[in-house]
Amino acid sequence: MPAGEVILGAAEAPLLATARNGRELVFVGNGGWIAGQGRALEGSVDAALAEVRAAPAETARIDLSGVRSFDTLGAVVLDRLLQALDKDGIRFQIVGLERRFRPLLDDIVKGSHENPPRRHRVNPLLGGIQLIGKTAVATAEDGLALLSFIGAVVSAFLRVLVRPHTFRFISMIYHLERAGLRAVPIVALITFLIGCIIAQQGIFHFRKFGATTYVVDMVGILTLRELGVLIVSIMVAGRSGSAFTAELGSMRMREEVDALRVMGFDPNEVLVLPRLVALIIAVPLLTFIGNMCALFGGGLVVWLYGGISPEIFLNRLKDAIALNTFEVGMIKAPFMAAIIGLIACMEGMRVGGSAESLGAHTTASVVKAIFLVIVVDGLFAMFFAAIDM
Amino acid sequence: MHADSETRRSSAQALPEVAPGEPIIHVRDLVVGFGERIILDGLSLDVMRGEILGFVGASGGGKSVLTRTILGLVPKRAGTVAVFGQNLDELTHAGRRALEQRWGVLFQQGALFSSLSVRQNIQFPMREYLDLSQGLMDELTVAKLEMVGLAPDVAEKAPSELSGGMIKRVALARALALDPEILFLDEPTSGLDPIGAGEFDELIATLQQTLGLTVFMVTHDLDSLHTVCDRIAALAEGKVIAVGPIETMLASKHPWVSAYFHGKRARAAGFGVEGAR
Repeated sequence: MPAGEVILGAAEAPLLATARNGRELVFVGNGGWIAGQGRALEGSVDAALAEVRAAPAETARIDLSGVRSFDTLGAVVLDRLLQALDKDGIRFQIVGLERRFRPLLDDIVKGSHENPPRRHRVNPLLGGIQLIGKTAVATAEDGLALLSFIGAVVSAFLRVLVRPHTFRFISMIYHLERAGLRAVPIVALITFLIGCIIAQQGIFHFRKFGATTYVVDMVGILTLRELGVLIVSIMVAGRSGSAFTAELGSMRMREEVDALRVMGFDPNEVLVLPRLVALIIAVPLLTFIGNMCALFGGGLVVWLYGGISPEIFLNRLKDAIALNTFEVGMIKAPFMAAIIGLIACMEGMRVGGSAESLGAHTTASVVKAIFLVIVVDGLFAMFFAAIDM
Repeated sequence: MHADSETRRSSAQALPEVAPGEPIIHVRDLVVGFGERIILDGLSLDVMRGEILGFVGASGGGKSVLTRTILGLVPKRAGTVAVFGQNLDELTHAGRRALEQRWGVLFQQGALFSSLSVRQNIQFPMREYLDLSQGLMDELTVAKLEMVGLAPDVAEKAPSELSGGMIKRVALARALALDPEILFLDEPTSGLDPIGAGEFDELIATLQQTLGLTVFMVTHDLDSLHTVCDRIAALAEGKVIAVGPIETMLASKHPWVSAYFHGKRARAAGFGVEGAR
């Protein structure tokens, strides 16, 4: 054990002590030069660097015989000191560093000492304007992508029409079960509750005018024309649309889509078309079930809370709605299904290599689908008003 | 007292040192299974301080399962695993965290966090476990990147922008972020071209010497076994059937070991050829 450590190894020995001996700087290192001591070590070295700058020196002696442990961080910090000495033209020598630590220090010293170029930060105001521009361009590109995707799917559809045996019937049935049959319980429950709520609110407020029986008209028209299809579409977008995007997206990430393509299959034909057709069949059926459940829920509340018996409810309902009320809702259903299916599959096919991209596109799929469903519902409302339906 | 509190802090974090000659990883009678299937059946293995141990076995034979069991990712049914002389079952939560700072793992696919840049990936464990200034962390990141043979400008890239070989190197840099004493490598050279694989082998040998690492390497690469491994352990039927330097493997009479080290590919890699080693 070197004599120095006996003296300096006492309780107060700092990690790095600096002293002057005429024109010579003497650094004495002690203790553990390891990552766990990071802050303290950096502080000691920076203090030593300040000392170096305080007055000129010609040579430096770095005594590291007290250093018990030494890791990459120790080497990096020591390298900082060596570089500073080097820059000031001070000749230095390292003494007492244990032999086993030497290769690590050499490895760090011969490094490039470059700092990685940081991605430069943009001015927030400029960044904001840039963001607006980028979003506008991205939105336009989204629209174009959707158009081109619709084109690709339609052309796949036409090809299948010419050769019907190429249609993936089993795959379509599988998706019909998942997106249709398995969605029945939740769709039935939600629409039932919505029917109940509308009836309850209607009775509560209409009672003031003594117009309780009109609640039946409201429940009938509102659910059949608008709410049934809208609620079902939103449920399907959240439930099946997101699943489609995630499935296709992870297939893209694992190159399964590329594998299909090189085998001579059109992914739109194999993956997209069965899903799309399944949705176009499933959503009208679900809408019908949803409508019935909402009417049932409304009738139940009207009976139990409003005191209108089921017989009166049915008679009143017959007067209030015509077949076209029901048709208006049902006509919209396949269009909503097509929108949800197209958006979901398009977003799935646009997923890139990372898990983050999969998440982003799945979110985008649901948000865009719901947005478009509501917009198209509005357009339909204007259209039906114009043709007096 | 300044230094006193420091010693106390570091000793609270550190686990007892392993006495020289004692195994740094000590596995006894390990049984691991999934459902009806028993993967490891009474496996025992010692890894010594400062060695590079190559671990071979048939695909699906449980090599990765052993690694994952030692790391605590797979539950075991029986047996003991001791690392740094500490039985992993007896460790407290704090002891476990202290231990996890002392090993680094390179997963087969790299397992870089895809939402973080290379710099953030390497600094992630540092931020969690160490108290360092941002400047020092950046310097350390560059040092680690250069250690694994990458240029500093890789730091700002996202994992999705990297090639397969670069992902392995960055993952290695992340595994080395806390200066571990044990490095687990799960098929480090799989998916690399022979030149890249050769460079990676050299890199591991260099790092092992520079940092004094103990390396536990699961591999299929006969060249890696030949060039960098000090000892080789062979797994078959849920047990280690042969362990020792390459000569032991070549002399083994076990049919699987013999087929592995005397096959066509093994001969191409220079095994069993006079004067090859």
